[in-house]
Order: sequence, then C-alpha cells, then structure tokens
Amino acid sequence: MTPELFSQSLQLALPEIILAVGALVLLMMGVFIGEKSNQLISGLSIALLAVVGLLITVSTGNGEAFGGAFIVDPFARFMKVAAIAGSIFALAMSAVQGRAMQLDKIEYPILLVLSTLGMLLLISANDLIAFYLGLELMSLALYVVAAFNRDSLRSTEAGLKYFVLGALSSGMLLYGMSLVYGFTGNTGFQEIATVLSSEPRGLGLVFGMVFMLAGACFKISAVPFHMWTPDVYEGAPTPVTAFFAAGPKIAAMAILIRLTSETFLPLISDWRQIIVFVAIASMMLGSFAAVGQKNIKRLMAYSSIGHMGFALVGLSAGSESGVSGVALYMLIYMMMSFGTFACIMSMRRPDGTYVEEIDELAGLFARKPFMAVVLTAQMFSMAGIPPLAGFFAKYYVFLAAVEAGLFTLAVVGFLTSVVAAYYYLRIVKLMWFDEPKGEFERTPGELRFIFGISGLLITTYILYGGPIGSAADAAARSFF
Amino acid sequence: MTDWPILSTVTFLPMVGVLLLVFTRDDTDDGRQNVMIISLITTIITFLLSLFVWYGFDGSSADYQMVEQYYWLGKGVSYHIGVDGLSVMFVVLATFLMPFGVLTSWKAITLHAREYMIAFLVLEVLIVGVFVSMDLVLFYVFFEASLIPMFLIIGVWGGPRRIYASMKFFLYTLAGSVFMLVGILVMYAEVGTTSIPVLLAYKFSPEMQFWLFLAFFLSFAVKVPMWPFHTWLPDAHVEAPTAGSVDLAALLLKFGGYGFLRFSLPMFPLASDYFTPMILTLSVIAIIYASLVALMQTDIKKMIAYSSVAHMGYVTMAIFAVNQQGLHGAIFQMLSHGVISGALFLCVGIVYERTHTRNVNDYGGLVHRMPKYALAFLIFTMANVGLPGTSAFVGEFLATVGVFRVSVWTAFFATTGVVLSAAYMLWLYRRMIFGQAKSPLMQGLVDISFREHCIVWPLIVVTIFFGIYPAPVFDASAATVDRIVTNYHSAIEAVATAAQAAK
Repeated sequence: MTPELFSQSLQLALPEIILAVGALVLLMMGVFIGEKSNQLISGLSIALLAVVGLLITVSTGNGEAFGGAFIVDPFARFMKVAAIAGSIFALAMSAVQGRAMQLDKIEYPILLVLSTLGMLLLISANDLIAFYLGLELMSLALYVVAAFNRDSLRSTEAGLKYFVLGALSSGMLLYGMSLVYGFTGNTGFQEIATVLSSEPRGLGLVFGMVFMLAGACFKISAVPFHMWTPDVYEGAPTPVTAFFAAGPKIAAMAILIRLTSETFLPLISDWRQIIVFVAIASMMLGSFAAVGQKNIKRLMAYSSIGHMGFALVGLSAGSESGVSGVALYMLIYMMMSFGTFACIMSMRRPDGTYVEEIDELAGLFARKPFMAVVLTAQMFSMAGIPPLAGFFAKYYVFLAAVEAGLFTLAVVGFLTSVVAAYYYLRIVKLMWFDEPKGEFERTPGELRFIFGISGLLITTYILYGGPIGSAADAAARSFF
Repeated sequence: MTDWPILSTVTFLPMVGVLLLVFTRDDTDDGRQNVMIISLITTIITFLLSLFVWYGFDGSSADYQMVEQYYWLGKGVSYHIGVDGLSVMFVVLATFLMPFGVLTSWKAITLHAREYMIAFLVLEVLIVGVFVSMDLVLFYVFFEASLIPMFLIIGVWGGPRRIYASMKFFLYTLAGSVFMLVGILVMYAEVGTTSIPVLLAYKFSPEMQFWLFLAFFLSFAVKVPMWPFHTWLPDAHVEAPTAGSVDLAALLLKFGGYGFLRFSLPMFPLASDYFTPMILTLSVIAIIYASLVALMQTDIKKMIAYSSVAHMGYVTMAIFAVNQQGLHGAIFQMLSHGVISGALFLCVGIVYERTHTRNVNDYGGLVHRMPKYALAFLIFTMANVGLPGTSAFVGEFLATVGVFRVSVWTAFFATTGVVLSAAYMLWLYRRMIFGQAKSPLMQGLVDISFREHCIVWPLIVVTIFFGIYPAPVFDASAATVDRIVTNYHSAIEAVATAAQAAK
C-alpha cells in the first residue's frame, strides 16, 4: 500500500480511529484516577461519541479504504449516526442511574464505547473478514455488559445465555463465510457479487449465504433466532437493555442490508424467500407472544422482535425504496425505544427498588402526567398510529413491499400490527383508565429530559419527516 | 379572501387553544372555569372563521378551492389541502358542533377537565383535517389519528364499561382502516403520487378497481358503520361521555360516507357499479335491523346509537344510487343527521347530568318538571323521525327518491324504516316525557338552565331552517355532485361501449 493510499484510508476511517484512540485514553485515565472517576469517564465517553457522530454527519468523502475492506458511503453514514445516537442515549441513561443499578464502574462506559466502535466497523465492513471483526468487537463488549451486574443472578444468566447463543451464531456465520469464500474465491463483497453475477449459482454457495443470513438474523433477533431476546432483555440492567435495543440492531441490520442488497443481490430470488419467511414469523411471534407478557422488559423484547419483522418487510423488497424504508425504520425504532426504556427506568419505588411489572403502571397518568403522556405517545407510535413517527416507519417499508408486488406480506404485516396494537393499547389503558397502585419516586430531571426528547422526536416527526426521508433515500442510493 | 391560508388557519386554530390549555391549571374550580372558557372561545372563533370558508366558497365550480400545497414528505406526498362542494359543508358542520361539545361538558367533566378539553380540541383539528385533505396520506394520517383522542375520551371519561368499549372501538376501526392503507400504498405504487386530484383523473384497471374498492370499503364500512360491521358503535356510544357521543355520531361516522363519495365512486366507478347490489342490500338490512333493535332498547343512548346505524343506512343506500337526488340526499342526510343525532345525545346528556341514569324505565313525567326540555326534545324526536319541516325530511326524501329510480324494492324496504323510526322515537318520547316518574331519581328535577338553552336553541333553529330552506347546502354541493355523477356514468358507459365494440 502506497503512502498516499494509506493516508487516504486513514482519512476515511478517521472517526473510527478517533473513537478507538479515545476509548484507550479513557481506559488509561480510569485506571490512573481510580473508581471515583466514573462520572467523569461517563461524561467524556458521551462527549467522545458526540464528537465522532458530528464528524460523521459533516464528513462527505466516499470511498473504500484498506484495500477494499472498509467502505464509507451515504448509507454507512446514515446508519452510523443512528447507531451512535442510540449509544449516546443509553450511556446517558446509565450515567443518571448507574449507581442504583451497580453500573458505576469505569469499565462500563468504555465497554459501551468499544461496542459502538464495533458497530461502526460492522456498518462499514466491505469484506468478510472486516465483517466478522466488527461483529465480534461489538458482541464481546455486549456479552460483558449484559452480565455487568455480577451480583444479580438474572444478569449473569442473561450474559451467559447471550454469550453461548452468540458464539453459536458466530460459528454459523463463520461456516457460511468459509463456504462463500470457497465457492467464490473472494472475501470482498463487491468481488463476490461480481462472481455471483457472472457464474451460475452453486448449491454450496446458497448454503453459505443461508448460514450468513442466519448469523445476521441472530443479531437483530428475528424469528427463528430470537430465543435469547426475552431473557437477555429481562435479565440485563435496564440501561444495558436500552443499549441492546438500539445500536447493535442498527449495525446488524446495516450489514444484513449490505449483504442482501449488494453481495447477494444476484441471488435475490433465493434470499427473498428466507427474508419473507423470517419477516412474517417475526411479526407474528412479536405480536402474539407479547400479548401475555407481564414484565414490561420482556414485552419490549417481543415488541422488538416484531419491529425487526416489520423492518425486514422493507428489506424483502430488495429495492432502493425498500432499503430506504429499512434505514428509516431503524432510525425511528431507535428514537422510540430509548424513550420507552427511559420511562421504564423511571419506574422506581420511593425505597429505591425498581419494578418491572406492567401492572405497576396503573394510573400513572394521575401521578406522573408528563411521563404518562410520553409513554402513551411511544406506545401509539410503536403500534403505528399516525401522526406519530412509528406510522411513517411502517408506511415506507410496506410501500416498498407493495411496490415489489408482495401484497400478501403487506396484508399479513398490517394484520399483525393490529394484534400488536392490542398490547400497546393495554399499556395505555393501564396508565390512563385504571386506578393508581403504588407510588413512584420522583423522576430525576435528566431522565425526564431524555424521554422528553424522545417524545418530542416522535410527535414532531410529521414536521421534519421530509428531509429525513430524503436522507434515507440518499443512503439507499449507495446500492442501486 | 386573498392569500391568507384560511383553510390551514381553520384546521389548526384549535391547537392554539391546546397550547393555552397546557399552561392552565385545572385543580381549582376557577381553573376549571378558565379551561372551559378557553375551549369555548377557541371553538367559537374556529366556527366563525369556517363561515368565511363557506362564504368564500364558489358553489358554481366543481374544482377544489382555497388550495394550499407545501412540501411535506416528498416523493409525491405533499401537504395539500382544499375544499370542494363535498367537503365545505362538513367543515362547517364540524366547527359548528364543537362549541356545544364544550358547553355540555361544562359541569359534567370534573376530573382532568384540562386533558379532556385538550383531547377534544385535538379531535377537532383531526376531523376538520380529514375533510380538507387533498392528499391520500395526509387524509389517512388525520383519519387514523382521530382514533387516539377518541380512545382516550371514551376510556378515561366514559361509563362503567368504558375500557371494553374503547378497546373495541380502537381495534375494530384500526383493523378496518389498515386495509385502506394497503389500498393507498397500491395506488401510490401504481400512480406515483397520492394527490387526490391526480388520482381522480387516473383510470385504474377494472381488476385493480375491484380490490381497491374492497380495501376502501372495509375501512369505510366500519366507520359508517354498515351492518354487519356496526357492533362497536352501540358500545362506544353508550360508554362515551356526552360530548364524545356527539362527536362520534355527528362527525366521525361521516368519515365513512364522505370516503365513499370522495374515493369509492369517483376513483373506482366500475367496481362501485359491480358492488352496488351488495351495498344496497346491506343498507336496507341496516335500516330495518337497526330500527328493530332500537325498538327494544332500554338504554336511551343505545337506542339513539342504533337509530344512527339506521339513518346511516339511508346514506350508503343513496350514495350508491349514484344520481343527483341520491347524492344530494346522502350529503344532506349526513349533515342533518350530524345536527340531529348530536342534538339528541346532548338532550340525553342534559337529563343524565341530573339523574345519572340512562334507563328509559326510570324516566317518566318529565313534562311536568321540565316543560321546556320536553319541547326541545319533542322537536328533535320529530326531526329524527323525519317529519316534514325538519332537515331530516329533506335528506331522507331525496335519498329515497334517488334509490327509487334505481331499485324500487330497495326504496320500498327503506321506507319501512321511516315507520319503524317513528315507532321507536315516539315510544321513547312517551315513556320519558309523559306518564308518571317511575324512579326516585326523578325527584327535584329543574328545567334547563341558560347554558342548556344555549345548547338546544341554535340546534333547533338550524334543524328547522334547513328543513324549510335547504338551498344553501345544495348550492354549495351541486356542481361537485353533477361532476361525480357525470364522470361515473361516462366511465361505465365507456366500458359498456368498449365491450359492445369488441363483439
């Protein structure tokens, strides 16, 4: 690699490099100052992520770096900004109530930063090796934070479960990769696509693709690779769950989009069957299984499975509008989920214990009108009722499906969204129609600020939806 | 009316009231008073402004007027509003009824009065928005969003079975309207825009019309509601607070009829023609079945709810007659039913506030204690029956004449509904107003107050005025109705001649 090429590569990867160096500096600081620097490190981590996010937003250079292993395009930028925003909010939530949840260790913010770095690498991966490296960097940090509250049996169980199943999915992914490599002789995504479009497809290659899709579906928790989600969501400390729900899903969805819309686009008739099945199964399971849930974090887990199903509806179209729809869906899902988890974190008794039963929300409107209004907006938005953001998310993915002629998928999707509306409404019903149960502690101002932002974002989406939609379209044009 | 965006102003003015309410406290009596005053003033100003819309509307043109179009979501979806002969009167109806909703809630709502009024004003924005939308996505956003405030109004401030009723209302209508959303997406995929004027000019293939018609039909049939999709309505009406029932019966139900007129007939004429026998049949069943069910109700609100189902049966029947009389009749019947059913619910609200019972068997002898109320209720009873001289007569007469030209048997069966409506309304009136009080709840009733006079008299004036002189409504809608009818028949003839030529 010539010096010019190398410096160009460094320039393209500058945000990631800043993040990596920053994380190491923070780690050193933490070690030298000691445990009491926790708040400082958290603050600096948020600042670091914000700087990197800003840098990505304003940067315009496109191109490939490091011999084609790393790619920067509008799509990567869009997804990176979404993932970083999700991480910032999750980190802010942990900073507010970290002590009560035993997350006030210096390693915690640094692990989240490293995991975010993994997401950025994953989103920009343009090569099988880079893909795997990004994925593992992201996941290893996630395994640790899931079990971060090591005195809690549930938390350690969640971490272990996530690790074992995650290792299994990594194995499948690697197996798929080796098959794909073996049949095409390349690791670069574009090169694989070129081989695929010029040669007749081999059965082994399809096998490889299926294994790779399975690995990616595991990370976005789509049915039938969703088993870990409810347990991990429930067991992990709430800010960690909020973190799981946003960034990692965005990054994994980004790589799934890149795989299907670029690398395996010539095999669209093969992977479309898989994605359509996974989408329908996820939507159905997400809707029906959530109805009986009593724990709100478990409910959110099933809801996220359903949402991934909806997002995959857009992907199954395999078109520009489909990718645009999925990108937008992930962004809007991030906005909704961090607000919801901020509300869940506010469910705290005056004696300091956290409650997670849905019934505890009864009569919330009478006691905490602001939180009730925000959570109501979240629920209606997740149910896809206009004029809230969630409606527009669904609108674009289903539009892409209809344009691609997948009418059955669209009808099934909408019907499951009606079923899903039932359990979201049940929460609204509890908050507004029922008699108050127990007292909640006063919500810290920072948390109110966080869910206030989320509420504002989803209720005013109707005003700024145009520019965001154009940005998603520009992102999707990277592939088509 | 020069460049001022009058329609947007009328649509979103209630949001100003919402903003003011957010900063008003309602935990004292004075605070509650302020909440009500702010809401009342907001709704009245909105109504007065909407009169300018009516005044500035040129009824001799069938085109959209006072059009505003701005960039919104891009890709053929824009913020595009305007009124034509179909919608202008509905805008006025919506803003006209809102102040009565506020007045009737003045004392009835004590808990969370501020939030109630916020939900109410937001609902007004959404209802007016539905009628002025010239873009399908915008229409759907308003159409569907109206579920949220209504869900909360029924669920928080409703009767004992409010939770069941509000859930049923929400899920039932949501399930219906997602099919319309699929239809909208299909139309967008086909044409590349959701602008209603463009879609009206587009000719969909017969097969596509068939499916799109069914998709829209499911949504509107639930909303109207047509038999057998009506079961959510009695529950919702019975449990909703008075103002909620008024909005539901007078305005939300009109979305369905309006949708048929706005989308189904002009955009899918071939499918409409194909499905006409089915709709006429369902309408007649609705008229007769709902009237019979109304006859046997003991809950007054439930009786009026079933009477609404029957009266909306006339509307759907008349729409699918597709001739001048039918469409004029349908539009007029919707407006008139809006005023009269609203008035009936308000009248029930007036006595319910005093007695807290809606069981007709508890009532009796109201004429002795509340003579003025008895008079007002008499007028609305007669109007609901369709007595000549009230607005309902004009609507029902035209609707039946329109259908008579298409199907004599349909008209014949529909007319029995008039007899049945006379039966249940007069029986209700006798049991409530005459005779002796049957329950201790009837002790110490006082006649209607000044506030309640303000509620009933304007409605009486409107009912009788438009019963005697309906021309202003016809003037506004004539050109649009003519165009719908002409285009509809020419589309069907074009296909018939093409089929002829093919032979």
